Amino acid sequence: MPRKSPPITEAWRGITFTRRALVVGGAQAAVGVALAARMAYISVVDNDRYVLESESNRVNLTLVPPRRGWIVDRHGKALANNRVSLRIDIIPDRLHNKDLVLGQLRTLLRLDGDAMDRINRDLKAASGFQPVAVAEDMTEAEYASILVRLPEMPGIAPQRGFARNYPTGAAVGHLIGYVGAPNAEEYQKAKDPLYITPGYKIGKDGLEKYFQPMLKGEPGGRRVEVTARGKVVRDLETQPDVQGKTVHLTIDADLQEFVARRMGRESGAAVVIDCTNGDILSFVSMPSFDPNSFSDGISNSEYSWLRADDHQPLINKATRGLYPPGSTLKPMAAIAAVEHGVDPSERHTCIGGYRLGNRFFRCLGTHGSVDMPTAIMKSCNSYFYWLAHRLGYDAMAPTAKLLGLGEEFQLAGSNQRYGTIPDSAWKMKKYDQQWSASDSLNAVIGQGYVSVNPLQLAVMTARIASGRRLYPRLINREFRNEPLPFSPEALAVARQGMDLVVNGAGTAVRSRLPLDGITMAGKTGTAQVRGLGTGNGKSGTWKFRDHGLFIGFAPVVNPRYATAVVIEHGMGGARAAAPVAKDFMTFLFDREKAMEALETFEAGWGGTIKERMDRDYAAWKSGASSDPDPEVPQ
Amino acid sequence: MIVVPPAIQRIPWKLIAVLSAITGFGLLVLYSAAGGNWSPWALQQGVRFLVFLTVALVIGRFPIRIFEDFSYIAYIGVLILLIAVELLGFVGGGSQRWLNLGFMNLQPSELMKVTIVVALARFYAQLPPGNTHSFTALWPALVMIGLPAALVMLQPDLGTALSICIGGVVVMFAAGLPFWWFGSTAIAGAAALPVLFSFLHDYQQKRVLIFLDPESDPLGAGYHISQSKIAIGSGGIGGKGFLNGSQSHLDYLPEGHTDFIFATMAEEWGLIGGLGLLFAFFLLLRWSTRVALRARTRFGQLTAAGLTMTIFFYIAINLMMVMGLAPVVGIPLPLFSYGGSSMLTIMTCVGIILAIENDSKTGTRRFH
Repeated sequence: MPRKSPPITEAWRGITFTRRALVVGGAQAAVGVALAARMAYISVVDNDRYVLESESNRVNLTLVPPRRGWIVDRHGKALANNRVSLRIDIIPDRLHNKDLVLGQLRTLLRLDGDAMDRINRDLKAASGFQPVAVAEDMTEAEYASILVRLPEMPGIAPQRGFARNYPTGAAVGHLIGYVGAPNAEEYQKAKDPLYITPGYKIGKDGLEKYFQPMLKGEPGGRRVEVTARGKVVRDLETQPDVQGKTVHLTIDADLQEFVARRMGRESGAAVVIDCTNGDILSFVSMPSFDPNSFSDGISNSEYSWLRADDHQPLINKATRGLYPPGSTLKPMAAIAAVEHGVDPSERHTCIGGYRLGNRFFRCLGTHGSVDMPTAIMKSCNSYFYWLAHRLGYDAMAPTAKLLGLGEEFQLAGSNQRYGTIPDSAWKMKKYDQQWSASDSLNAVIGQGYVSVNPLQLAVMTARIASGRRLYPRLINREFRNEPLPFSPEALAVARQGMDLVVNGAGTAVRSRLPLDGITMAGKTGTAQVRGLGTGNGKSGTWKFRDHGLFIGFAPVVNPRYATAVVIEHGMGGARAAAPVAKDFMTFLFDREKAMEALETFEAGWGGTIKERMDRDYAAWKSGASSDPDPEVPQ
Repeated sequence: MIVVPPAIQRIPWKLIAVLSAITGFGLLVLYSAAGGNWSPWALQQGVRFLVFLTVALVIGRFPIRIFEDFSYIAYIGVLILLIAVELLGFVGGGSQRWLNLGFMNLQPSELMKVTIVVALARFYAQLPPGNTHSFTALWPALVMIGLPAALVMLQPDLGTALSICIGGVVVMFAAGLPFWWFGSTAIAGAAALPVLFSFLHDYQQKRVLIFLDPESDPLGAGYHISQSKIAIGSGGIGGKGFLNGSQSHLDYLPEGHTDFIFATMAEEWGLIGGLGLLFAFFLLLRWSTRVALRARTRFGQLTAAGLTMTIFFYIAINLMMVMGLAPVVGIPLPLFSYGGSSMLTIMTCVGIILAIENDSKTGTRRFH
C-alpha cells in the first residue's frame, strides 16, 4: 500500500537500499549455488555418460575385415580358401581435393565411366571414416603405381586384403555357393558396422551361407585418435583379425572335380555316397557357375549369360531338379515284391507289353519268360507291370519311402525339392480321385506321378547296397544308420539284378568297369519328357529328348560307393548316364586310367570347364549364341 | 614492527589478488587451449590484463564526483555511438556490433552496460526522496534503458540488450521504487514471452528452441551445447589433467577459448577447478556488494549495486549457457575468456567500484 506509507525520507531510502541490495545479493548467491549444483550434477552424476561420449568423439575405430575360414574336403584339401587381394579405398574425411585425386586414380587405374559413377555415388552416401572402395583385385603393377604417388593423394588407403578363392571353380559352384558384399537389407538386419566395410563378404548361397557363423571370424580393428575435422592425431592400438573356423566336408575334392569335368557339356547332376557311413563324396550339378566370379561381384552381362543358358547353370539339379526316375526304381520294386511274398524265381512271360483291361502297356522289347533278376537285368516293363497289377502300388510306396525317396534330408546348406512318391491316399488328397491299376503300372516303371531328385536316387542306391538306412551327410554328423527292415533275400535279389545289368547281359554292359576284380552293379533309367506317343524321345529338339538316368554301386561284393547320375535330355540311361558313372567309379579305384579317359573326352569337347565357359561367354557377349544342342559324348 | 608506507597500504592488494587469480587461471586454460602455447591467446591476454588492471587502479583513484558529473554526457555519447554502429558499423558473426576506429574495433554496446548504470544512478541520486513512488521516478529511467536496449536489439545482440536492461532495472530496484512495479512487470513480461519470441531473429529463435531440446540437432546448432556438456561432464571431479582435454584439443568444443572457455577449463580441471573459479567470482562479487553497502553517497550505492549486477550477469549467463541452462547468447566469461571488449568493461566496472570504495574511506556518509 504505497500511498499510506509514511513519508519517504533519506533515512528510509538508505534502509530500503540496504535491504534490497541484500535481496539482490542473496539472489545472486542462490544462482551461484544453483550453478555449482548443476556443474556437480553434470560432472559427477552424469560423468559416465559424458566420458563415454567424449571417448566416442575422440577415438575412431577402423574395422579390418577378418579372413574367412576355409572349407576343406575330407583329406584337408581346400575347396574354398583365401587369396591376397590388393585393393584401394578412399577415406572420405581425409579426401581434401576430391577432383584431383579421383582424376589421378582414373588415369592410373584406367577406370571407366561406370566405375567413376559408382565411386562418386558411394562417396556421396558415405560418411566420415566409412571407406569407399575404388578398386579390388589389382595387379601388383597397378598397386605399386598408387603406392608411389600416395603422398600427393591424401585420402587414399591402399590395403592388402583377402578375397575368397575357389581352386576348382565351377566344379564346386552349387556345392559351396559363393560370397558377396552384404546388401542394404542384410546390413539393416545385422546392424553390424563390419557389413559396410569395403572388402567384407558374407556367404550368399550354399554352404558359404549355411556356415556363415562359423566361417566369418572376428574382425581386427585399428583405433586412432581424430580431431573434429577428421585429422588423425595418433594411432592408439591395432588388433589383428581372427580367421574364421575351418569347415570340414565329407566331399572328396578330387572326385568332385573329376565328376564335374566328366559331365562335359551335358546338363545334369551326379551324387556319390560312401556306403559305409553316408558321407557324400561328390555333389555335382552341371553346368555350373564359377563362384569366383560371383564372389568378386559378378558383372551384369555375365549374370545375364548364365540366366539365358537353357542348361540352367544357376539351378542345383542335384537337389532342386525333379525327374521321373524311370526304370531306376525297378530294384526298389523288386524288394517291395519279395517283401510282399512274391517268389523271385517265379516267371512271367513278356509278350512285348502287358494288357490291363482294354489298354496295352508297352514294354521296350519282347523278353519272353523272365524271373525277377532277369527282369531287372533286361529292364522288362511287362514283368513289373504284372507285379504292380498284382500287388498294387500302395504295397510298394512304403518301401520307396524307406529307401529315401520323397524324403527331404537335413543337409547342410541345401535347398531341396523332394518330389513325390504317390499312393492312393496321396491321389485322393491331391486330386480327389481313386487310385487306379493303370496308375500303379505307370508308377512302377518310374513314370506318372513319380518324381525324385538325384540325391534321393543316390541315397536309395546306397541303402540298397548297404542294407542300412544311411543318412546322407556333408559334415561329420552322427546318424544311427540302422539296418533296413528288409529280408536279406529281398536285398540280394535287387543287388543280383543290378549286377547283371552291368556284368551280365543287361542294359549297361558297355559301362562295365575297366578294372580287374572290381565290378559295378547298376540300373539304367530312361525317363520320358513328353507324353507317350508324341515322339520317341530319341531325337529332335534337345529339350524334348528323354532324360538319361543311372544308379549304381561298386564293388558288387562289399559295396563301398553308391551313385546316381541324371543326364537331362540324354536320350537314355545306358547311352548318356552309365558311361559317366563308369568313368568316375573307375576314378575311385584307378585314378590314372580314369584321367586318361577324361582327357580324351575333354579334347573332344574343347578344353576344361573353365576354358569352355570362357569361350562360351566371349561368344555370347559378341552376340553369337552358344550351341544350344550340344553333342552327346560317346 | 614493519612500517608499511601509506602509499602501499592504499593499493587494494586483496582485490588485485582475486582478479589476478581469476585471470591467471584463465591464462593457463588459454595456454592449454592453444595446444600448450603462449600464443596466440595467453600472452596477449596477460599483457592486456596488466594494462587494464593499471587502468582500473587509476580509475579507482579518481574522485567519485567526476563519474557523477560526466555520467549523462557519457550516456549520450555512447548512445550516439550506438546509432553510428547502426549506420556505419560492420557486420560480424551475423550481427552489426563493431565500429572500426582504426587501431581497434570498438563495441559501443559494451560501454553502454557501464554508462546506463552510472547515468541511472545519478538520476536517482538527484531524485527527491518524496518522488520515489511517483511516476516521475519511472518514465525517465524507462526511456534511458529502452533507447539503448532497442538499438542493441537491432544489431541484433540479445545478450547485451538483456545485460543493459538488467543493470538498469537493478539500479531502479535498489533506488527503492515500489516493489509491486517489478512484480507486475515480471508477470506481464512472462505473459508476453511468446510475443517477444516472435520478434526475435530466425537464428535467435532457433537457438532458443535448440536450447530447450539440444539433442534435436546434435550436429547443427545444438552442437555447441552438446559438446560443452560433454566436455564438462567428462572432466568429472578432478578433470582429465592439464593439457589433456580431448574435447578442446581435438576441436570438438567450438569457441573453446572464448565463450566456452569454462568447458575447456572444466574438462581439464574438473569440478574442483569449477568450484574454485566460482569461489573466486564469489569473492569479487562479495567485495563489490560490500562496497555498495558501505558507500558514502547515494550515487555510490546505486552505481556499485548496478555494476555488481552487470558483472554477475556476465558470469551467470555464460555459465548457464555452457551448462545447457540458457540458450547460446554469446556472452563471455569475465576475465577468463579471451577478448578485449569484455575485459575492458569488467575492469572499468571494477575501477569505478574501487573509486567508490576509496571515496567511502575518506569522509562521512552523506545522502543528498
